[in-house]
Amino acid sequence: MKPPPFEYVAPSSLEEVLAQLEEGGFDARPLAGGQSLIPMLNFRLARPSILIDLNGVEELSFLRSSEDGSVRIGAMTRQRAVERSAEVARAAPLLAEALGHVAHPQIRNRGTLGGSIAHADPASELPAVMLVLQARFRVAGVSGERWIPAAEFFFGPFMAALDPGELLVEIEVPAREHGEGWAFEEVARRSGDYALVGVAAQVRVDADGVCQRASLGYVNAAPTASLAPTASEILVGEVPTSERIAEAARTAAGDDCDPPSDIHASHVYRRRLADVLTRRALDRAFARAAEVHEP
Amino acid sequence: MSLIRIRVRVNGEEHEREVEPRLLLSDFLRHDLGLTGTHVGCEHGVCGACTMLVDGDPIRSCLLFAVQADGRELATVEGLAEDGDLHPVQRAFQEAHGLQCGFCTPGILMTVVAFLREQPTPTPDQIRDVVSGHLCRCTGYQNILEAVRLAAEQAAS
Amino acid sequence: MSARWFGAPVPRNEDPRLLAGQALFVDDVQLPGLLHAAFVRSDLAHARIRSLDLSAVRAHPGVVGAYSAEDLGDLCIAGPVLVPPPPIERLEFHARTPLPLARDRVRHVGEAIAVIVAESRYIAEDAAEAVELELEPLEPAVELEGALAPDAPLVHEDLTSNLAAHVIQEKGDYHTAREGADRVIRRRFRYDRGVSGALENRGIVAWWDPHDGRLSVWDTTQAPIPVRNALAATFGLSESQVRVIAPFIGGGFGPKIMFYGEEIILPWISLRLGRPVKWIEDRYESFFATTQEREQIHDAELAVAADGTILGVYDDFLHDTGAYDPYGLTVPINSQCTLLGPYRVPNYYSEFKVVFTNKPIVTPVRGAGRQHGVFVMERLLDAAAQELGIDRVEIRRRNYLDPDEFPHDHEILYQDSAHLTYDSGNYAPALERAATLIDYEAFPAEQRKAREDGRYVGLGIVSYVEGTGIGPYEGARVTVEPSGTVCVATGVGTQGQGHFTVFAQVVADQLGVDPAHVRVVTGDTMEFHWGTGTFASRGAVVAGNACHAAAQAVREKIFTLASHLLEVSEDDLELADGRVAVKGAPDHGFDLADLAARANPLRGAVRPGTEPGLEATSYFGPDRGSTASGVHALILEVDPETALVKILRYVVVHDCGVVINPTIVEGQIHGGVALGIGNAFYEQLHFDESGQLSNASFMDYLLPTASEIPPIQTEHIETPSPLNPLGVKGVGEAGAIPVAAAFAQAVENALAPLGIEVLEIPLSPQRLFDLLERVGVESRELGGLGGPGRAGDPAKAAEDAP
Repeated sequence: MKPPPFEYVAPSSLEEVLAQLEEGGFDARPLAGGQSLIPMLNFRLARPSILIDLNGVEELSFLRSSEDGSVRIGAMTRQRAVERSAEVARAAPLLAEALGHVAHPQIRNRGTLGGSIAHADPASELPAVMLVLQARFRVAGVSGERWIPAAEFFFGPFMAALDPGELLVEIEVPAREHGEGWAFEEVARRSGDYALVGVAAQVRVDADGVCQRASLGYVNAAPTASLAPTASEILVGEVPTSERIAEAARTAAGDDCDPPSDIHASHVYRRRLADVLTRRALDRAFARAAEVHEP
Repeated sequence: MSLIRIRVRVNGEEHEREVEPRLLLSDFLRHDLGLTGTHVGCEHGVCGACTMLVDGDPIRSCLLFAVQADGRELATVEGLAEDGDLHPVQRAFQEAHGLQCGFCTPGILMTVVAFLREQPTPTPDQIRDVVSGHLCRCTGYQNILEAVRLAAEQAAS
Repeated sequence: MSARWFGAPVPRNEDPRLLAGQALFVDDVQLPGLLHAAFVRSDLAHARIRSLDLSAVRAHPGVVGAYSAEDLGDLCIAGPVLVPPPPIERLEFHARTPLPLARDRVRHVGEAIAVIVAESRYIAEDAAEAVELELEPLEPAVELEGALAPDAPLVHEDLTSNLAAHVIQEKGDYHTAREGADRVIRRRFRYDRGVSGALENRGIVAWWDPHDGRLSVWDTTQAPIPVRNALAATFGLSESQVRVIAPFIGGGFGPKIMFYGEEIILPWISLRLGRPVKWIEDRYESFFATTQEREQIHDAELAVAADGTILGVYDDFLHDTGAYDPYGLTVPINSQCTLLGPYRVPNYYSEFKVVFTNKPIVTPVRGAGRQHGVFVMERLLDAAAQELGIDRVEIRRRNYLDPDEFPHDHEILYQDSAHLTYDSGNYAPALERAATLIDYEAFPAEQRKAREDGRYVGLGIVSYVEGTGIGPYEGARVTVEPSGTVCVATGVGTQGQGHFTVFAQVVADQLGVDPAHVRVVTGDTMEFHWGTGTFASRGAVVAGNACHAAAQAVREKIFTLASHLLEVSEDDLELADGRVAVKGAPDHGFDLADLAARANPLRGAVRPGTEPGLEATSYFGPDRGSTASGVHALILEVDPETALVKILRYVVVHDCGVVINPTIVEGQIHGGVALGIGNAFYEQLHFDESGQLSNASFMDYLLPTASEIPPIQTEHIETPSPLNPLGVKGVGEAGAIPVAAAFAQAVENALAPLGIEVLEIPLSPQRLFDLLERVGVESRELGGLGGPGRAGDPAKAAEDAP
């Protein structure tokens, strides 16, 4: 279990990184936190000929609030820093809550927000959270940069909407609106494991208790991180009674999810988990949302 | 394959070596520097045996290349004891029988030392959570948790 | 002599070195010119080796050598059966042991085919990719039952079936007993495979030093002396030319007792190249190349009277030995013998078939087959209690052997070829105590209340026995050095059990010294070269008593010499605090250091009939093993919506005879319970129909973490063993043995309204989900299950409570 040989470059600017990526083509791989890539190298399941280490690129590591309240996070910001950030706690507490489920602190000390998102692992927590938060991703290449909404970013297992030579450089997370409640629920075999299924929920109710927004994002319940639009429709415009929540959860699991089978769980079992966890996440999220309106 | 010159400080001591880029930090510590107290249990980041501190934060040294440690301040289990006296966390592990074969122990110690620095008065749940980033097959964890509690308690008094 | 240290929670002598990162493990050995080896292993479960060409490997820069079975020549012979089967009548056994490197055929994924030696492990792995190997796939026999089907592919083509062994042991007449039974309980039970999961993988460093004429081998073995003897025989060297060192070992748990092909190959390479060479198994390899355990299927029957009295037990089981059976029948015989438990079983029929499959080799893993026996018996008793309407604690109590029934001969043969005879036991107090600690009487009310809140909690409580401390023997040498340091050398290796401390305690009491000043050396054949190894929970029993005997002999020498020098009677002397002196006149005597110097004079004469030095070597070999016992109880909570189970608390009351160090014993129990919990709910090897392992990593093979292990409360009951002077019994494996049985009972108890039965281990969330689905429809109609606030009928729940 030793990595195969590779060339290694450690540029210090984004410009250099992009030039190296362009030049390296398919054989080049950016190395972010390495907490997924290096195990694959050690098992010799990945064999890039060039590794472009992003860890020396200081301009990719930042976390700040914008005037509109959104949080802008450099792709190389460590997950642990995001988890502990006051800005994130204020603007996107769902992200902080979900990060607590990502592996263990020793991994999050090294793992980066951008690395995990770009890896687009359907079993990873962050893509689902990004969908629910309606985050946007700034990606850059030698010929320029563009913003991609999260909803258009994850399109298959380990497949992100990055063109060859492009790098995810920044994540913009919009601020939670007043009155929004959130919850992250997952079932994992052990503490810190990838979830059998996970659900991220963010909801908003008005003063009359009517649901204005309900967004549900799924971990490991489809070939890629996914939303549950059908279930959301059941909730929006309605008072989230326990019956309605149960119906939404059933619908999310039955219609919106398409979970895989593997040695840990069958798709039938995962559907059940999606149902149960959706209900639990919605219960908690709506309870938080309702607190805002409490006298 | 070209070699890359790196400089690291490990437990306060400067080291300069030429390494292959693919050399894992765990192997660099153990083989190039002879610091064999850091153990290797899985080489895919799960077991935690190789945990050490990079700039004060616990990380898996099997999931980092030695070249990436260039210019960093590293700390391994060998640096915990001072002048032959065990670190208070090490003493607590002996007192609470928090180790058996001792193979996973160095990694756990490094995590715990950093954890208690940051969280001197941890709750039982916080202790359980941080220890769960390590695998131990001998102790059933109970006495490890107790050792962490004891270390925190002794530091407080 | 008072027992000052024996029985005390003495801190461990080995800890400072381990904690400081200064303890030597095999992978820490560095030698000038050290080479590194990597193995080329089969990626098919069953195949014919059509061709193997290592020329490209040999040409790879940095490669020093590459070898196949052909290169090994005469050394490439099948290894010995390490533990020959006991002399059971009509026993059928087909020994098939692996070659160090496969020659024509591979029989499981990961079987070694070639070895590459290079300047670094990185290079060796690079070169492994250049191997030109052509394997012709053969149909594999993977599934245990299917492997015995008439048309199953043969794992060993020279046999007529995949039957490796067939054994019947009987006591009394089960069939007659069955006819007289009020109730016969019949069930089928399955137990699946796992790995031992030692955090340190196996490893070997071999160094043939031609100048010294000595072969030194650092080896993660649990049996350094047998390894030395085998290497000397293999290479035609004197045993004194071979030094095997088992330094600190990062967990053993059974598989490191095996003698593996790598242990021949590494020394052979060093002898051939004249350079030291190291091989450290990596985690991926360990899932194939290190032995595994636990796959069995039992069809079992319990014949009981209406009052719950056991009339007889019938068991017919299959045991998967994997591709080879180098460890004989130890595991299935342990299953067969341990099934009887602490109970009076007048009639027993037990038959098993051992089956070859194209999977990695099975040898003992902590518990070593005992788990299965306990699981079958305890589950049958649970079913009987349920059917007969008898409380589950009561049915056990009624069938316990009484304290006056010992020694108790079960009339069948145990793994050590001796009659399965329990030396001593006192079972009821442990049961009562465990029931008290787990609040057995109060639990039904707690359970009822929880169900009203929509929570499903359950309690499990089971008994077990464990045959421990078997022979043949171990030895120890105790020396008082002129520095005053007491040295103890013994042959058993250590893998974390605290040998450096418990042996020191045993010796310290005899010699009146502090155990912290006793230096213990284990597992180095240069220090001590008689003995067998660390297995079958025997270190403290067998080596501990050898240390005791040697220390007693040294004590006698101290008294004899001091009496002579002081010209007083031995009866007038006392030994304490490192000094032997005249009673009541502490100034009139010698420090042990001084006495040790005087015992080894440079001039003058050693008196006739005496030996120089304060040193003695003694041996201990028990007639047969001592039987430890205990009761485990736990409370857990099942979330029927997610099929997750959380253990809330765990109680162990155990009896391992006289306790040498309660802290260390508790630690052994904790670790065993954690392994048992892993086996019960988390750990499973998933082989597909082609014999490929789907989860060969710590990502997917789930060793429990601190978050999955509950607080464990332990208490000791001490029923001394009459078979050894210290009265001790083994405890190394005890914690792991009954966990699955207790867990299964508690899950059933938690879900009592549904009447599910847990007959298969591990019970993963997926399996629990499947069980719940099977009963789901009716239960929903009964209102028996649902989400929070939709609890089952409390009255019904009350009936099902213990």
